[in-house]
Amino acid sequence: MTVAPLAAPSRSLVRRGGSGVDFAGGGLTLLTGFAAFLIVAMVAVIVGNIVWFGWRTVTWEFLVGSPREGMTAGGIFPAIFGTVALVVLMIVALIPIGVGAAIYLHEYARPESWFTRAVRFAVNNLAGVPSIVFGLFGLGFFIQFVGRAIDHNLGLDVVWGQPALMWAALTLALLNLPVVIVTTEEAFRTVPRDMREASLALGASRWQTVRYVLLPQAMPGILTGAILSVSRGAGEVAPILFTGAAYFLPYLPTSPTDQFMELGYHVFVMATQSPDVDATRPILYGTVLVLLLITFMLNLTAILLRARLRARLAGRG
Amino acid sequence: MSGPLRTGIRRLQRLREGAIGVVLRLCAFGAVAGLLLIMVFVFREALPVLADPEIMREANLGKYVETPLWQPVGDVPKYGILPLLVGTAKVVMVAMLFAVPFGVLAAIFASEFASPRLRELLKPAIEILAGIPSVVLGFFALIVMASWVQGVTGSTIRLNALNAGIALGLGVLPTLFTVCEDALRAVPRSYREGSLALGATRWQTAWNVTLPAAAAGVTAGILLGLARAVGETMIVLMASGNAAIVSGSVFDSVRTLSASIAAELAEVVVGSAHYSTLFFLGALLFTVTFIINVAAGAMTSRLRRQLSGA
Repeated sequence: MTVAPLAAPSRSLVRRGGSGVDFAGGGLTLLTGFAAFLIVAMVAVIVGNIVWFGWRTVTWEFLVGSPREGMTAGGIFPAIFGTVALVVLMIVALIPIGVGAAIYLHEYARPESWFTRAVRFAVNNLAGVPSIVFGLFGLGFFIQFVGRAIDHNLGLDVVWGQPALMWAALTLALLNLPVVIVTTEEAFRTVPRDMREASLALGASRWQTVRYVLLPQAMPGILTGAILSVSRGAGEVAPILFTGAAYFLPYLPTSPTDQFMELGYHVFVMATQSPDVDATRPILYGTVLVLLLITFMLNLTAILLRARLRARLAGRG
Repeated sequence: MSGPLRTGIRRLQRLREGAIGVVLRLCAFGAVAGLLLIMVFVFREALPVLADPEIMREANLGKYVETPLWQPVGDVPKYGILPLLVGTAKVVMVAMLFAVPFGVLAAIFASEFASPRLRELLKPAIEILAGIPSVVLGFFALIVMASWVQGVTGSTIRLNALNAGIALGLGVLPTLFTVCEDALRAVPRSYREGSLALGATRWQTAWNVTLPAAAAGVTAGILLGLARAVGETMIVLMASGNAAIVSGSVFDSVRTLSASIAAELAEVVVGSAHYSTLFFLGALLFTVTFIINVAAGAMTSRLRRQLSGA
């Protein structure tokens, strides 16, 4: 009874101050809104342009055909196939290590130990390493060091010591390791403490608690991380420039030591190295649209999953 | 009978638990090992530039600074990195001049002024922008935007630092916006309510109370955007024209450190002076971005301390 009359006038005072008194402030407020509006407009222009000039090209024949006549005709199936093969290999290497690391950080590690801090420091800074440096690393480590050592020890000619699907996938896996660790840890944070304690109180061991109680609960979060890393893996070109992507291949890759075509790289090649830019343009736009649709749908799925997870976190209070 | 059996099972289980702990710890160590391996192997391939006498004769640090020419292919290759440094600085400057005002103002709008419905429009737009692969932004800047920029500025050179800089600015905008907005939203409500109750307007509150309180986080956002701009490759490779010239004008073509690596490494003989020099550029990029990222990390933890201490 005594609170309500006090609260009402104070709210109206604030509102009057915000719109009427301070003209300069009002103008600047509008400016922030204008900046936000321009960002939305720019995104709409970019996406709109690509959809407008690309959608006619994207037909079934385009998706299942091979490039013909110097990439001025035909489809992009080898690039789609290569991209899928690349991200599948990447995920296989990435998920166990990323999820394992996140479980360690959230369930096992003592938060203040030097090892934990070193891991967190590495995760944060790994996320900031430029993608082209990952490409250099892939060439210097996986191909020149590991690949050559394998060839040398098996007495092979050059099989592993050259750009290949496998090395590109591993390079991308390292690039995406922070993404998976961070999202998985976030997922573990949403699992209520009580569940952990109940499980331990019932006599379950720490690993049993993780395996049968926490992991199922954290699944949407792990999935989010996996999807985000696939989306990023499908779009990153710089790390695969020297680790396995090929201009054009007349055959599909059948082994991890083969080179491969990839959508993002295909866009780069067609946009910068086409002998006939005008003839390539429809195919180029179509390829960009396909790449954009794939990453967009993956991101949308991840965003929706994460929103559900965050809602659970907020609802826990 | 059951006593020894039970202790045996328990011991076995403890062994299993221990083994799993070790495996998980190894996974976590993977991140540390990854970062260390990147450092070791990029610097290892760059080392001949500083240590191998033969390569030092062809390309050495002295020459890097003396010759203002980057002509790595030819009868007398010249490895002057000055044009690349100038080019990188120019493009990054344009990108930041574009992205910082947009990113920070939009973050203020989203956290301080926007109605929930407007925010629901802005956030997905930023998420979409963040999801656009850099090769697609590079494609757009090369095929579409370059002509628009040329039309507006009347520049004679179509692919130039301005065009690449704007596209790069778009590329780093989501990082910058997201970190800044998180920092602003982390400022406790009581700060704003106190200011409003004292009669300050909403803009005065945002500018004089919320923004200073979140300053460390906003700085972190700007630094993270800067690090990404310095290291970003595909956008500048496609949109900048890639001419290695020393000039102060944003209407000239530029070649950046990252674009040089991307454009040249595939055709280089492993172990040659050119190969080592490109790895040296990579080591340079790694070092610069690493320092900026560490600084950003320090800023983020400072923000957290400030807000939790208050």
